[in-house]
Amino acid sequence: MKQLIVSPAPHAHSGDSVRKNMLLVILALLPAYVVSVVEFGWGALITALISVAACMLFEWLITRFMLKEPSHLDDLSAILTGLLLAFNLPSNLPWWIVVIGALAAMTLGKMSFGGLGQNLFNPALVGRVFLLISFPVQMTTWPRPLGFATGYIDAETGATPLYYLKQMIKDGDSSLISNLPSLTDAFLGAMGGSLGEVCALALIIGGIFLICTRVITWHIPVSIILTAALFAVVTGLVGALPEGMSTCQYVLYTLLTGGMMLGAFFMATDYVTSPMTGWGKIIFGIGIGLIVMVIRTWGAYPEGMSFAILIMNACVPLLNRIRPRRFGEKKK
Amino acid sequence: MAKLESSLKNMLLSLTCITLIAAGALAGIYTLTIDRINAQKAAAEQEARLSVLAGCEEGTPVMVETDGFGGKMKVMFGFAPDGTVLGYKVLEHSETPGLGDKSVWWFQDEAKPAQNIVGRVANGTFSVSKDGGDVDAITAATISSRAFLKAANEAYFTFRGEEDAHTGASQMVKEEEEIEETIIIDEKEAQDE
Amino acid sequence: MSNAKQTFLNGIIKENPTFGLVLGMCPTLATTTSAINGMSMGLATMFVLVCSNVVISLLKNLIPDKVRIPAFIVVIATFVTLVQLLMQAYVPAIYATLGLFIPLIVVNCIVLGRAEAFAAKNNVGLSAIDGIGMGLGFTLSLTVIGAVRELLGTGCIFGGRLFSDDYGMLIFVLAPGAFIALAFVMALVQKLQKK
Repeated sequence: MKQLIVSPAPHAHSGDSVRKNMLLVILALLPAYVVSVVEFGWGALITALISVAACMLFEWLITRFMLKEPSHLDDLSAILTGLLLAFNLPSNLPWWIVVIGALAAMTLGKMSFGGLGQNLFNPALVGRVFLLISFPVQMTTWPRPLGFATGYIDAETGATPLYYLKQMIKDGDSSLISNLPSLTDAFLGAMGGSLGEVCALALIIGGIFLICTRVITWHIPVSIILTAALFAVVTGLVGALPEGMSTCQYVLYTLLTGGMMLGAFFMATDYVTSPMTGWGKIIFGIGIGLIVMVIRTWGAYPEGMSFAILIMNACVPLLNRIRPRRFGEKKK
Repeated sequence: MAKLESSLKNMLLSLTCITLIAAGALAGIYTLTIDRINAQKAAAEQEARLSVLAGCEEGTPVMVETDGFGGKMKVMFGFAPDGTVLGYKVLEHSETPGLGDKSVWWFQDEAKPAQNIVGRVANGTFSVSKDGGDVDAITAATISSRAFLKAANEAYFTFRGEEDAHTGASQMVKEEEEIEETIIIDEKEAQDE
Repeated sequence: MSNAKQTFLNGIIKENPTFGLVLGMCPTLATTTSAINGMSMGLATMFVLVCSNVVISLLKNLIPDKVRIPAFIVVIATFVTLVQLLMQAYVPAIYATLGLFIPLIVVNCIVLGRAEAFAAKNNVGLSAIDGIGMGLGFTLSLTVIGAVRELLGTGCIFGGRLFSDDYGMLIFVLAPGAFIALAFVMALVQKLQKK
């Protein structure tokens, strides 16, 4: 019997391509990047350049010398991985650590699975977590933001607002509240943190741009943010918050600090490593929201966004078993 | 020689013989090595005690438990009669690898007097320099450092016999017998790792 | 003679327990935090492997087939306990790091595997050589993985410092690094063998 190659409709091409989608994501990241250059100065610029260059170099070396394939740098995915990796690093990271991170992202995260489209885990996050576990001191020493006047101490030596939030819940010590940035600062990005995660406003703008241009759908970001917010509300309702912090404040800090916005809009929505169907995406997002809050509240690290996304990445093949009903198929 | 058939008699016989010989051999080796093993254990105990008491005869080991960044932290401190910290040993902790877990050696690094508490006379007021104290915190792990110094202070209060409101878990080890016990526990834990 | 040589090399290269047969992964992952730890574990396993191979080969006709597995396990467990006692007595420092994993040699697939697949079918001399070959192969692999992890993780090799003091890629000392190092070393070995 002759084999027929069947492909799903529609057969007309929409002009959509990997390259175009990557380009749009890079564009969407630009506002946040501009803010981080303003906040952290040259460090942000240099870290991102090194990261992007190293990711491109490693992908080229692997395709050229190990796989002996033509280079596919022009699909822009290596650039995007490099940029996202840089967004997840402190801007004062020594250059050689950035290069190791890019190496881990491209080899462990992407190429060892067979390149773009085959990878189980988000390569940029593989790079970040590899570095976080390998160089915990350098990875959690944040520079002080330069741009806006900041009201909280400690920016240079390692504590992000999440660190204080966690400690506050643990000890019920309300004196730590003064260490937190104001909510406006947290919204605009005047606080310590990874290069690209600080400015919630810019990230939300980028995220909405991606949803409007249909590069991503609303399911993942909305379900992550709602789950995390709900968790924070419950934390407030059971009376776990110290005196002087309202539930509303805690919810906002939960959403505006750490990698929440960056993760929800840009990291979790990576095509290759997120489920395909709407319900799959919603379950994926709820899982991330829950895990990140569990890690933030009880875990050994103050931030758990990257771990949460990686853990749920591993569940994607399972979530992809949730399939839409085929046209004409009867309900069971 | 032909292979033995799998009859009940043969199976019982061969298994019994093998187990008997094995048991005999092990018993022999055990008798030969037990003295040496005990000597090694005693040496390890002695070493654990020395590392906390730094060889000071009148020193008192004190065990404290406190909340670190990642969970419970169990530390044994050794104090000289005048309150000088003779040494410490972190027996149990769940601090972040590479950050808080440095407390195992950080506060007894002789090369760095700003962070070393061994040799200082304790008075219950150790605190990190960021909080106005005179001990340098572990880089990027201030909270673990605070927890550790709090433990040191609690240990000192216990040592002085004062009631410290914050600790129910502190215990004073004074009797020689109890010291033995503590150190044996300590060694067991080290092995379990 | 060529048969003996082949048996010996077989364990080191073609059927290397770690990279070829992929047996005994638990000690491989757990004990290779440094080159010396890996090597000690390898040597302890090798000792048990050689002794159990010899004894089982000697006893092979005295053990009825239906009870061979319990008989093998008793022999292996005896030697493991022996190693444990001897290590406790003479190298307590290494015992303190490896102590937990020494009893696990009993259930290490390599030891039982060689007893079943080789010693029970071959004569004493060849079984001993097979034990030495397999043991060396295992020791070598564990030492190499340990060395890679120690070098990348702490900048040292066998405790001797190669990189600067500030260097330390912690992940390689921790559990995830064990998997990563094993995967890449194994890939490299496979690649070299194919040539």
